[in-house]
Amino acid sequence: MAVAESHMDQGFTFSKLWRDKRYRGVLMQILVIAGLFAFVTFIVHNAIENLAALGKTFGFAFLNTPASYDINQAFIEYDSRSSHFRAGLVGIINTGVVAVCGIVLATILGFLFGVLRLSNNWLVSRLVYCYVEFTRNVPVLVQILLWYGIIVNSLPTPKVAAADHGIWDVIFLSNRGLYIPAPVFGDGTWLAGIALVIAIAFAIFFKIWAKKTQDATGKIYPVFTINLAVIIGLPLLAFAAMGFPLTWEIPELKGFNFKGGAVLKPEFTALWLALSLYTAAFIAEIVRAGIQAVSHGQTEASYALGLKPSWTLRLVVIPQALRVIVPPLTSQYLNLTKNSSLAIAIGYMDIVATIGGITLNQTGKEMECVIIVMAIYLAFSLMISLFMNWYNKHIALVER
Amino acid sequence: MKSVKILLAAAAASSIGVSAAWAGTLDDVKAKGFVQCGVSTGVPGFSFTDDAGNWQGFDPAVCQAVAAAIFGDPSKVKYTPTTGKTRFTALRSGEIDMLARNTTWTFSRDTDLQLTFVGVNYYDGQGFMVPKELGVTSAKELDGASVCIQTGTTTELNLADYFRINNISYEPVPIETNEEARTNYEAGRCDVYTTDASGLAATRAVFADPSAHIILPEIISKEPLGPLVRQGDDQWADVVRWTLNAMINAEEYGVDSSNVDQMAQGSDNPEVNRMLGSEGDLGSMIGLDKQWAYNVIKNVGNYGEVFEAYIGSDTPIGLERGLNAQYTDGGLIYAPPMR
Repeated sequence: MAVAESHMDQGFTFSKLWRDKRYRGVLMQILVIAGLFAFVTFIVHNAIENLAALGKTFGFAFLNTPASYDINQAFIEYDSRSSHFRAGLVGIINTGVVAVCGIVLATILGFLFGVLRLSNNWLVSRLVYCYVEFTRNVPVLVQILLWYGIIVNSLPTPKVAAADHGIWDVIFLSNRGLYIPAPVFGDGTWLAGIALVIAIAFAIFFKIWAKKTQDATGKIYPVFTINLAVIIGLPLLAFAAMGFPLTWEIPELKGFNFKGGAVLKPEFTALWLALSLYTAAFIAEIVRAGIQAVSHGQTEASYALGLKPSWTLRLVVIPQALRVIVPPLTSQYLNLTKNSSLAIAIGYMDIVATIGGITLNQTGKEMECVIIVMAIYLAFSLMISLFMNWYNKHIALVER
Repeated sequence: MKSVKILLAAAAASSIGVSAAWAGTLDDVKAKGFVQCGVSTGVPGFSFTDDAGNWQGFDPAVCQAVAAAIFGDPSKVKYTPTTGKTRFTALRSGEIDMLARNTTWTFSRDTDLQLTFVGVNYYDGQGFMVPKELGVTSAKELDGASVCIQTGTTTELNLADYFRINNISYEPVPIETNEEARTNYEAGRCDVYTTDASGLAATRAVFADPSAHIILPEIISKEPLGPLVRQGDDQWADVVRWTLNAMINAEEYGVDSSNVDQMAQGSDNPEVNRMLGSEGDLGSMIGLDKQWAYNVIKNVGNYGEVFEAYIGSDTPIGLERGLNAQYTDGGLIYAPPMR
């Protein structure tokens, strides 16, 4: 060490740029940054030059012109006179909806299958094993097409479904979608809403209070059961007090299709199922790994302390397993969101199908549209990452 | 997968060398020895692959004619199947030299998308096909129906306009290719399939029972279909344009693949003589040899022959000439003189 220090004291010479570790490190960083900068400059310059050569302009003004096409699933008001911007919004929401629904279902199924995979029951664990190996080894696009094909080809047409009376003549499953009665809330629903807010506030307060009491006295309250009862019961009570102001809009066959009620379209259902089942297989493996990562000694120790098996699972095993599960789970959520762009194969109108598809085609603004689509997926992914990183920190091991 | 293609094409558009406004396509084509031609992914009669896997049909015939005009050999074509969404990107990025893919000539495509339509080889209009058992007789009765529609097409926009103007609600079922539309329609995912009337006739022809489906009387749009090239290379546009015109003129003058050898010896119609090269040298004016039009007619046939061979009344598609008859027969097919 002493030698090295005296070596540095001799002052800077050019040969040190590659001989001296410290200077070499700085030099390398400068070179890499310069190279990166040059590369980006080249790409941008090349794009500008080629756009000019093609006689194309770059700009986003086209977003304000009427889109002129219809979209079959819009959660916000939209018609063919709306702007491309609004069509894009519809697409973003559709992507978001399928991603969120997919993540929720994939998580539930994934945890379920992950636990079942460890079941002592040979048949159950083998069945789950087959499911996992099958779904995660078949490309998700094929699975999307498979589900769509099954729904469209094997389910009856609306006429046949209506003639068969569906389920009690209120729920109809056809190849145009699953139609269920939609609740229509009448006057007085507001009281139930207020009751729900109060119930949630109470639940939070009660949980904090129960924790404090337990810390102080060791007395344990069944917090979850009580809170659940309050959150469900209080709004229900308020609803009853107002005389149940609720009617149902029943789907009915009118002309070509069912009208009224709520509907799950075949495109959405196929995409949702395929993405969820595909991702659930990966999550199941992650969950299994997480649970197996918790040493059996932990369980034995908690039994020895007199904890019930359910508490052992909830307080000892799962918190430790989650630390292993959450980081790879984030990747799966990101994958699911990005895989939702395969929606285009079956005509689900997500952001790729609206801005990146029809708008791109009708306006010829390839560069702009692709940039928008990429930016939106990036935003979605970063949001998921942010949330999952926050959650990961939240459950991380706190060193005492 | 389609989106990947678009991304790639967009990337290609931004990375291909700067070739000043695409001049010199003809030289490029001559140098590489074939025409790269964009066709559809398959519409019976209009473009399909035969048993040997070669592209055939009313649209590829234009590509073959251009190859015959340039090389004297109609087989010197390479085909790129394109969807409604990928076609323009493919053409503009230079992936293909020309597009012959039942594409409607519209203002914004001609100007804003910077394409050059060289002519019309089929006058069409958008129609509706429904199963007969639905008992529908007019498009006005389609309230609430599910409609299969190819995305990225003019038909998609016409449909939205037509139903909005007539205050009819519908559920659009967006679909990428004609083939997917057919399967979805047959499975009953949609009640109605809408596209150009010629495409409907072509699609219906391959159904197990074509008579179980009817095409509604409403034609809701003008769809002049024709081959197109990139804007900015007039010489190349001229080659494709006059190849098409030669086929149309040949029919008008009564020149077909069976009598073209005899006509090429010289006839008493100076127009024919100029076209087939026995008088003057029109070919050199567009950078081709004297025999160019002869090669087109000899190898591919005139417009009427191509029409009858692939989509005419003797084929399963069974389209009448109608608007697409020569102007002398009361149709709209009309080419400028070869002078």
